[in-house]
This record gives sequence, structure tokens and C-alpha cells, in this order.
Amino acid sequence: MVTITLDGKQLEVDGKRTIIEAAREHGIEIPHFCWHPKLSVAGNCRICLVEVEKLPKLVIACATQVADGMVVHTNTPKVVNAREAVMEFLLINHPLDCPICDEAGECKLQDYAYKLSVGYSRFDENKVHKPKRVALGPHVMLDTERCIMCSRCVRFCEEIAHKPQLTFSQRGDHVELTTFPGEQLDNPYSMNTIDICPVGALTSRDFRFKARVWEMSATETVCPGCARGCNMYSWVRNNEILRQTPRFNPEVNEYWMCDAGRLGTFKHVNSDGRIKAPLMKKDAGVVEVGWDEAISRVVSEIRTFRKNFAAIGSAYATNEDNYLFQKFAREVLGTKHIDFMRHVVEGEQDDILLREDKTPNSLGAVEVGVRPKDGGLSFDGIVKAIKERQIKAMYIIDDNVAINPTVAAALQKLEFLVVNSSLENETTRLADVVLPSSTFAERHGTFTNFQGRVQRIRPSVATLEQDRALDGFAMSRLDAFGTPHDRWAKGVKRDARPTWRIIAAIASAMGTKYKYNTSEDVFNELASTVGSFKGMSYRKLGSWGMKLKAGVAVPA
Amino acid sequence: MPTNGETARQVRIKDLTLWQRTYIPEIVKGMVLTFKQILRPKFTRQYPEERWNPPSSFRGRPVLVEEEGVERCVACGLCARVCPALAIEVQGSETDLEKERYPIKFEINMLRCIFCGFCEEACPEEAIVMSDEYELVFTDPEKAIYGKDRLLMSADRLRPRLEFLRRAR
Ligand code: SF4
Ligand code: SF4
Ligand code: SF4
Ligand code: SF4
Repeated sequence: MVTITLDGKQLEVDGKRTIIEAAREHGIEIPHFCWHPKLSVAGNCRICLVEVEKLPKLVIACATQVADGMVVHTNTPKVVNAREAVMEFLLINHPLDCPICDEAGECKLQDYAYKLSVGYSRFDENKVHKPKRVALGPHVMLDTERCIMCSRCVRFCEEIAHKPQLTFSQRGDHVELTTFPGEQLDNPYSMNTIDICPVGALTSRDFRFKARVWEMSATETVCPGCARGCNMYSWVRNNEILRQTPRFNPEVNEYWMCDAGRLGTFKHVNSDGRIKAPLMKKDAGVVEVGWDEAISRVVSEIRTFRKNFAAIGSAYATNEDNYLFQKFAREVLGTKHIDFMRHVVEGEQDDILLREDKTPNSLGAVEVGVRPKDGGLSFDGIVKAIKERQIKAMYIIDDNVAINPTVAAALQKLEFLVVNSSLENETTRLADVVLPSSTFAERHGTFTNFQGRVQRIRPSVATLEQDRALDGFAMSRLDAFGTPHDRWAKGVKRDARPTWRIIAAIASAMGTKYKYNTSEDVFNELASTVGSFKGMSYRKLGSWGMKLKAGVAVPA
Repeated sequence: MPTNGETARQVRIKDLTLWQRTYIPEIVKGMVLTFKQILRPKFTRQYPEERWNPPSSFRGRPVLVEEEGVERCVACGLCARVCPALAIEVQGSETDLEKERYPIKFEINMLRCIFCGFCEEACPEEAIVMSDEYELVFTDPEKAIYGKDRLLMSADRLRPRLEFLRRAR
């Protein structure tokens, strides 16, 4: 440990740190474009210049190691002057694109132009023009004019994604970012370059021009794309998710997320394939019915087939859903045949983030009791038992198990099948009753990732029974000040309920009182009954989650 | 509030003279005024037969400037952000035109608009301006939401306002 003085403040810092890191640890931000906490130091943007006493010239804070007794100033006239000059150089050829630039509102260059620049330009020559719409890869578009040559994206591809795909060509003010000959920016993590690009040079081809950042609300949640459970923000305008971006969590995903998780996990929330109302198979075919009718049908079928049931939980459902489902299966359905289907894609795993297990919660499902105990049948056993007509009825939550043809064939032999599902799929088509369940983006709850980290998911899209203000959603300005009569506040709300609520309603209709008002009630009960969750609460999970208690067997 | 009862009491003149009670002098005074006005020039405008053309400084309903068949607007959303009445909704999308970005949807709720002109002031493209139109009638609140179809107005038609804005800058 060494002691430095930063703007008059004495700081105790690790002697291996650079000035910028030391300042950051103490909550002081030194302006920077090219420096990033997880990338190597490039030192090319020069905006982090600071004055160090006894050194003849200004030094860059990102590449200067601290030393005992060092006295650093970040705001002397000399420094301010130098920063203004750097900003002036950066802006010389920067296009006046803010009105059409997706980065506007979250742009470092824009922010620093306000904070650190003089506010006018002395440059009245013609700006250098470069190509404006260059598709670098399937997901990333480059506006060459906007690039400030910080090389963050180049270093990301090399150092984090381990796929060197980007480089610079030309010199001076003609420098252009480009892919290596014959290459594309197509690594599985390519879109992180968009997040770390300090300007709007790299934009998402999926999100391009859809919304301004200040129009959306950002909800802290977790990606359901694989067992990693990357922390992310879900960005919503008018009750529709428009984009997802990674959220820092040092234990899980640091600053990153994969492209598949970012793009592939939210489109279904707004899709036409959603189940719009409870469905019931009648003589005339499948008809939409009210919740009460659907639930009373399920209740009467449970009375008929009690003890002939099997229950299929889901690694896509929350811990709360799975916990209550297995409790319901044991107490109300009277079965011990409880399991869930695994979705493992062998080989689709790397040392960065991606996991083979393409579900967010399989460890959680096992932990909370979605597994055959006391001689119950496993998933394969259940499928076999249906074929042999030992199991006559089944309850499936939040999983399309019939995607497997063998399973689909078995399900056809059932006398009664009830399914909770958000989307129409192979399984719902076989069901006698379908109860519309909300998606991960509409539920409160928790997932347990492959490390055993229990993490909160929060709803960003409201269903019919939810209200953004009353139910504590993240609110955009329009959400906060609009009225229900404004068109932009009238996004589609779907008639769907979280699985734990559907289960509780059925149990109550059968006379078993399940008294839970919120998913937090379910979680509190789960935390008090399941050993590895001891001591957890929604408040304690916070933004980054908590690890399951060690010493509890983690099944393979 | 008077604290003294004496000062608060109204004094009424009860007994008018006979001459006063005929009201004739008052009627004559009134008629003189009336006839004087008849002879003066008229101020009344026979609206709607006779319309008023506002000066270029007038702030009528906000419209989108159209040039060569397309709107100037690039869907930056600054007008929507600055609008104190939250009257504007803009949704952007990509276009092959040079401006790259255009409003796939642009709506102004004329029941919300307060004709403040902030949108015009905020716009970096001089794409939304206050027109000279002040006749806004609707019988259904849904019809008060003007889409692009009713907002677009050619730059030629808006010339006086555009020139006024340049002078005022
Ligand atoms: S594209 Fe963005 S991240 Fe890459 S070098 Fe240019 S400014 Fe930096
Ligand atoms: S690695 Fe997994 S959890 Fe992370 S973003 Fe990708 S799919 Fe989602
Ligand atoms: S004139 Fe004022 S109230 Fe009307 S749309 Fe423009 S900013 Fe909004
Ligand atoms: S401020 Fe101008 S360019 Fe921007 S959205 Fe409004 S009208 Fe269009």
C-alpha cells in the first residue's frame, strides 16, 4: 500500500494500481475514452491527462503507476487546457450526427463535450468524410466517421473474445476501423463492442434507430439464455422490450454478455405466438375460455386422476415456480413422479460465458425439489410409464417437452394433460387445458445459475393484472407522466399470470389454502424450508445475487 | 374590511326628481353613443366567410416541413423530449435516404398541444414549425391525434414562417 494525494485528498492505494484505477476505487472518475477496466491499457485517447508534481509534463492517468507520496492534480488550469485541446482535436472531424445517432444520451464524447469542451469550434475547413454504413458483421454496423480510434473494440476482440477480427488501416485523419481481410465481426460476443464503444461508431443492427435511450426504462434482470445467467438490463418502451444490454456483475459476467442471449431471449415476449387466454379442448375443438372455467376443469380432472398424475417442472421457470409446483405435486396431485427436462447442447460451451445447459435454472429446479424422491420416476421413466398406461394425467409447466418426438408420442396417450405456457408450441397443441403463464420478462422471481448463484429477475413488461407504477416497475418519463388515454402509454398487455400464482389458485380451488400474495412470499417460505437457500431474502439478493449455501449436495 | 359600522353603510339616493324618473336624458345619452358608433368604421370580422391571415410570427398548429416529397424530420425525438405537454410521439426507423433515419410514426395530440413552439425551437433540422393554421375542430378525441398524413406541409407553403425563423435567429 502506498499513499498518494489526489486533488488534495490523501488516499491509501495498492502500489500496483495506475492513477486512474486508484482514483476509481475511491469513487473519483478521471475522464477516459480508450481505457476500460477489463481491457489492456492503450493510452491513445489522451483525455485522462493529469498533472503530477515534480514531473515535467502532464502524464496519462491510465498508464502511470502510483508511487508513494505522489501528488496528483486533475483540475489545474494546465490540465483543463490540455483536455480542452484533446476534445477540440477529437471533434475536428467528428460529424454533427447526434440527432440521428443511437449513442446520443449515453455517449462519452457527447458528455465530455458538455463537461470538458469549450463549446464552440475554431475549425472551419471541410471535415474528412468516410463511409457511414458499413456492416462489420451480422449484428454490428460501423459508422466510420464517428469512430475516435480508441481501439476498445479491437482490444475486446483480441483479449476477451479471443478472436482478433478488427484492426485499423490508413494513417492520420484517414484512419479507418475495419475487419481483417476475409474476416467478419462475427464472434459470439461481437455486440459487446457496441456497449464499450465510447461513441456511436458501432451500433446494433437489430436495435438501430428504434428508440432514443431516454425514452426507455431499464430494468435490472438476468438473461435466461443459458446456465450462466448473465446480468442484464432490459430496455422497454411502451411495454415492449427493444433491447437488452449487459449489467456488471464481477462474479458472473463482468461487463459482457453473448450475442445469442442478447438477441435471442426477448423477441418471444412481444410475439404473436403468445397464448392469449386460457385454452380448453372441447368437442368443437380448442376454445378460449375464462380463467375460472379453465381452473374448475383442471380441479375436476385432478379429482378424477389424483395419484395417477406425473408432474414436469421446468428449468426455464423461477425457483419460486418450481418450489411451489413440486409442493403442489406432492400435496395436491398426490404424486412422487416429479422431474424436469434438460436442454443441454453438447459442445456449445466456452471458457468465456456460454454454457452447454441452455436453461437458466436447472440447478435451482433440482435444489427446490423438482426431482424424483422416495422412489418416484425420473423424466425418462415417466415417459415410459405413460406408454405403459401407468400414468394417465400430467401437469407440465413452462417447457416445450414435446419438442422431442418420443415425448410427444407419449403425451398423446395421456387421458388428461394440463400445461402452463407463454407460447403456443408442440406441447400446448397436445394439451387439454392450457393456462397462459407470463414470460421471464413479466415475472418477479429468482434463477439459480450453474455456479449456484441465486439471482433476481424483475419484470420489465406489464401483464394485464400489473401496473407499472403500483407494482414497482422501472419507469421511463413517458410511463411516469402519461395517462392511460395516451397512445404511447397503451402498449399491449397480455392476460398471463406467473406459474406460482396459477398453481396457488388451483390449490385454493381444491381446498388446500396456499396463501401467497407475491412471489416474495413464496421465496421466503422456500428460503426457510430448503437448506441451501437459508438466510436469503429478496432484499439480500440485491443486484448481484447470493451463492447457495455450501455443503449441500449439488447433483451432476 | 371596515371596522367602523358608519363607513360601511351605503348611502342610497331614494328620491329622484321627476325629470330623472322619466329616464329620457339617459336614453338620449345612450342613443347618441350608439349612433356615433354606427358611423365609425367596423371592426367585426365576418368569420368564417372572412378569414384572418396571421402574420408570420403567429404560432398556429405545429406541422412537419416537407421537401421534395419527404419530411425533413430525422426522428431525433428532441421535440418530443422538450414538449412540456407530452403531445408528441416519434418513432424512428432506418431509410436508404442520405439522412439515414426517418420517423416511421409521428403523432401530435392536438388536445395536448399548448402552442408554445418549444418543438420548433428544439428541432435541429428545422423540420417542425408552427404553421398559420388555427382552425382545429374535432368531435372525437382519437381524431385529435394527428399523424404524418395531416402533419406534413410543403416548405413552399411554410416559406413566410421559415423566413421569420431565420430573421429571429
Ligand atoms: S469503433 Fe468505437 S470502440 Fe472501436 S475504435 Fe472506434 S470509437 Fe473505439
Ligand atoms: S452467456 Fe448465457 S446467460 Fe450470458 S448472455 Fe449468453 S445466453 Fe445469456
Ligand atoms: S407547440 Fe409546444 S405543446 Fe405543442 S407540440 Fe410543440 S412543444 Fe408540444
Ligand atoms: S426535433 Fe425535429 S428532427 Fe427531431 S424528431 Fe422532432 S421534428 Fe423530427
